[in-house]
Amino acid sequence: MTLQVRQLHAAYGAMKVLHGIDLEISEGEIVALLGSNGAGKSTLNNNISGIYTPKSGDIIFDGQSITGLPSEKVVELGIIQVPEGRRVFPNMSVLENLHLGGYRRGRNRRDQNLERIVSVFPRLSERFNQLAGTLSGGEQQMLAIGRGLMAEPKLLILDEPSLGLSPLLVEEMFELIAELNKQGLSIFLVEQNVMQSLEIADRAYVIENGTVALSGSADELIDDPELRKTYLGL
Amino acid sequence: MDFFDFNLPSYGWSTVLGSAISGVFLGSIYALVALGLTLIYGVLHIINFAHGALLMLAMYAVYFLWQAFGIDPYLAMLIVVPGGFVFGYLLQRGVIGKASHGRDEIILLVTLGISIIIENAALFFFSATERSVRVPYDLDGFDLGVTFVVYPELAALGGSLLITFLLWLFMIKTDTGKAIRAVAKERQGARLVGINVDHIFAVCFGIGVACVAAAASLLVPTYAVHPQIGYLFVLIAFTVVVLGGMGSFVGALVGGFLIGIFEQLGRLYLGESLGVITISFIFILVLLFRPSGLFGKPAG
Ligand SMILES: Nc1ncnc2c1ncn2[C@@H]1O[C@H](COP(=O)(O)OP(=O)(O)OP(=O)(O)O)[C@@H](O)[C@H]1O
Ligand SMILES: [Mg+2]
Repeated sequence: MTLQVRQLHAAYGAMKVLHGIDLEISEGEIVALLGSNGAGKSTLNNNISGIYTPKSGDIIFDGQSITGLPSEKVVELGIIQVPEGRRVFPNMSVLENLHLGGYRRGRNRRDQNLERIVSVFPRLSERFNQLAGTLSGGEQQMLAIGRGLMAEPKLLILDEPSLGLSPLLVEEMFELIAELNKQGLSIFLVEQNVMQSLEIADRAYVIENGTVALSGSADELIDDPELRKTYLGL
Repeated sequence: MDFFDFNLPSYGWSTVLGSAISGVFLGSIYALVALGLTLIYGVLHIINFAHGALLMLAMYAVYFLWQAFGIDPYLAMLIVVPGGFVFGYLLQRGVIGKASHGRDEIILLVTLGISIIIENAALFFFSATERSVRVPYDLDGFDLGVTFVVYPELAALGGSLLITFLLWLFMIKTDTGKAIRAVAKERQGARLVGINVDHIFAVCFGIGVACVAAAASLLVPTYAVHPQIGYLFVLIAFTVVVLGGMGSFVGALVGGFLIGIFEQLGRLYLGESLGVITISFIFILVLLFRPSGLFGKPAG
């Protein structure tokens, strides 16, 4: 698995948001994408996922261009996004939400995948018949990740998974992400929790105003004076 | 002469009950027409103004299948229901979806345009003449004591209930049904699990038209077909949808029955022409006191 983004430009109508993004994610890596509110992180994810079509540039997955492919094709190839705000199906049960995770991919192994996910998130199985809209924020986040895992991702994109979670849960969430990665999953982690993300990531990109401002290995970036000043106020 | 000096006729309970029962039969067809409308509204978030015109078109299809090939209107369901599905699917995927670029206000105008085209084409090709199918059993039936039930009425009730039940099963048991429910409430989430939203929209439109086609088969043995017939039913179906709650299946069913019963009781007490105003009256009452309908969720 490799994902390469080359000179990606994206816009909403006339409003340009991304001005030539270059980045790369290799097999087995956790790559963090950091940046302040409105920097264009979710825009990048949604252009990769085929929710929006890039204005120009290229997105290459395993050597094949996926630029402008519709979202169902991107999912079929194994790029699965767990979006910001979870976007679970509120009117459906937890079990139905998980089931739909395997709508396009992993359809024939739904039962095995479900078993595996339940062992990762035992709390979900206690709430199989509860409507997803009535879950707590943390439970919804687990459900959203569980739903993503049902599609047997080759690359999992997590858009601010720690958003709205209590500090204790945030800690758990980062441990879980590191654990999923240890099991071999490649992860693109979009976050505002700079320190915790850099602790588990291999490499990171920082975007500002739609361009990559900084990039490098997570260890280097943790000590980067510019990053520490801008994002940690140190 | 005192304008207000008139009395409602007084009837025995058996006459009233008989009227209410015939209202149930009529209401089951309203429910079926409303079901398609409410499904399209619930998922695409648009009101399909072409619904009535499509009902009329389906009724002509049933009529011509009978006239040209002698196919029984009920048997014709096996042709017009799948045909309606395909027609609806292609109409949404090929015309409405393409023309509207995902903007709801344009979709509305496009469906309005389609209804005008279908109605005028029907006037041109089929003329305004009323046409009716004569089935040998249209007056057969059995006596309930309070009223005489003809088989076409029974078929309407049985057919509508069966179709509603099958559709409900489809929505909760199948992957496509679940995808429809997912798209209804969370389009972006649906896209991210790989649901093709355009396909699901078209499937919903197809199911809506298939419901209308089934209603057409159930109607033709008792109703004459003419280019304006769609209006009658679809205006009532709108009322049913608003009464039951926009997007609610149960609402469409219960609303259909209630409207059918009110209409028949209105006819009994106020006469053939004035009786129909009970429907408008209910419509206004619902909008005043419970705008989200009986089974709809209040907005906000
Ligand atoms: N659907 C949209 N239509 C128009 N503009 C949008 C849309 N989504 C995002 N934007 C704009 O694009 C810019 C980048 O937004 P984006 O959501 O990508 O930021 P982000 O980095 O994900 O921020 P956050 O950390 O707050 O989620 C913002 O200025 C935002 O207002
Ligand atoms: Mg974002």
